[in-house]
Amino acid sequence: MIAFIIQRLLQGVIVMLVVGFIAFSLFNFVGDPVSLMLPPEATQADRESMRTALGLDRPFYVQFANFILNAVQGNFGLSLRLGRPVSALLVERLPATLELAFVAASIALLVGIPLGVYTGLNRNSWLSRVFLTVSLIGVSLPTFLIGIFLILIFAVWLGWLPSFGRGDTTMLGGWSTGFLTTTGLKALILPSITLGLFQLTLIMRLVRSEMLEVLRTDYIKFARARGLTNRAVNFGHALKNTLVPVITITGLQLGAIIAFAIITETVFQWPGMGLLFIQAVQFADIPVMAAYLCLIGLIFVVINLVVDLLYYFVDPRLRVDHSAAGGH
Amino acid sequence: MDALKRFLDGDVFHSFKRSPIVIVSAVVALTCIVAAAGAGLLAPHNPFDLKTLNLLDAFTPPAWTERGNPVYLLGTDDQGRDVLSAIMYGSRVSLLVGLCAVVLAMFIGVTLGLISGYVGGKVDAFIMRVADVQLSFPSILIALLIDGVARVALPRETHDTAALYVLVLAIAASGWVQYARTVRGSTLVERNKEYVQAARVIGRHPVAIMFSHVLPNVLGPVLVLATLHIGTAIITEATLSFLGVGVPPTQPSLGTLIRIGNDFLFSGEWWITVFPGAWLVIMVLAINLLGDWLRDALNPKLR
Repeated sequence: MIAFIIQRLLQGVIVMLVVGFIAFSLFNFVGDPVSLMLPPEATQADRESMRTALGLDRPFYVQFANFILNAVQGNFGLSLRLGRPVSALLVERLPATLELAFVAASIALLVGIPLGVYTGLNRNSWLSRVFLTVSLIGVSLPTFLIGIFLILIFAVWLGWLPSFGRGDTTMLGGWSTGFLTTTGLKALILPSITLGLFQLTLIMRLVRSEMLEVLRTDYIKFARARGLTNRAVNFGHALKNTLVPVITITGLQLGAIIAFAIITETVFQWPGMGLLFIQAVQFADIPVMAAYLCLIGLIFVVINLVVDLLYYFVDPRLRVDHSAAGGH
Repeated sequence: MDALKRFLDGDVFHSFKRSPIVIVSAVVALTCIVAAAGAGLLAPHNPFDLKTLNLLDAFTPPAWTERGNPVYLLGTDDQGRDVLSAIMYGSRVSLLVGLCAVVLAMFIGVTLGLISGYVGGKVDAFIMRVADVQLSFPSILIALLIDGVARVALPRETHDTAALYVLVLAIAASGWVQYARTVRGSTLVERNKEYVQAARVIGRHPVAIMFSHVLPNVLGPVLVLATLHIGTAIITEATLSFLGVGVPPTQPSLGTLIRIGNDFLFSGEWWITVFPGAWLVIMVLAINLLGDWLRDALNPKLR
């Protein structure tokens, strides 16, 4: 068990070092940081002094070590576009993205699992067919188009919901939340549906196919033969066993939701990290790109780690496999 | 002739005839491809010929509405460009980028998968580790990063000319893993079969064995994967262009058209966005349905 955790941790650290190296390369090899930071009329002497001040005359591995040291402390320098510390910018934008991702994931789970169970249990009902066809269309729809269509219908034509921004936010000890005001909650509806819809269809299809798989197994037949009610068989036995893969996929999809937030945030002008990143890409704002890359890398590594560990706890078969492999 | 007859009698064509949805998808996909490929001949206007544009025609709604003009079937955009023609030219860019990206991804993935499966050992472990790490990040993020890096690395003057190549590379680099994994799996099975052993015994070069003996036998699932990948690649392209990091505005793809139209959504000019968007969805849906059908039709387990 401990060996498993240590192995996973080491893997995570290696991935983070690789991500850090890519971010570092962005800084140092892509474009000359000195000419990026100095005005065009700077003299050669200015350049040299800046180079020394930034430590760019030192050997490569020293620079990389310095970069990692700074990155671990959250110091990524100043944004070229906004002239403010990158870490402050990210911290400021983090709540918006996390709240959006949280609501989107909740929608995907709370709607996706019941729909999956329903379509799995009632395989041939027409309602199931409707759900499945709609979900196929949902998979073919790019996220940004869903957002645009929702805006067109609910904001432009019906005028029910706001089409951009977060509405009024309240500060709770450094965390700006939109959960406490009516405008904030209303502003959340369209973006979170846009972001959650793809995950919703994914979870629904996954639960459905797992349900179909589990319902064919012997222990379900045995449970029916024992005369248990449908309810007890379907929810007590079948659903419980479908949830293992659902946990994994949901965990992994949480990372995807945060990444796809880039698109949703652009459509809805949602002031989160994704919008910050896309503006950084357009303006070649390298410090912001590097910092976002490291942060996203960290989020993914942590999520993968947690999912691996959860899997290990939830599915006893994995534990048996591991001890057998270790016994040699 | 013989081959055609065999195809018409075969299982694949039989399952094609039986499914109306698949026939409709094929017709729709074919229409989209013809409209895109023949845009120069078929489009009612040339949206890039500045001489023919008339600013007075800007924001004409679709022909069937009150203020519509029958000359512009789907209306015009802010510069008086015909939306239908722009869509046809735009879907040409979208399809081209999507197809090239799929071919490139297939090439990279199949090569690495063959090497990984046939050579094995440390090479295999390294390639598969890279694939694992890449697979844990969403492909759109990887494509965005490559595009962003190229944007910084290339000099500003070459941005517009290089943009299409960068885009193809970015989408391909974000999609090769699936091919590599599939090919590696089948190569592991094939490498121990007798024909491969025979080729090894008669002293053929490992590269020759990989590409002329193993490759034809592992290609089947790859082609199905590629069909399903085309839709994804087109969506990725449209998304990147929508985010403003894809194709240059001088050569708009469907994503760029949607991005342009998005600015006019609030002033009521919905047709500039909705038609390119609908076209994109219908095209991708048709291609995905065809891919789904092909996967099932070629899978002997499901027959």
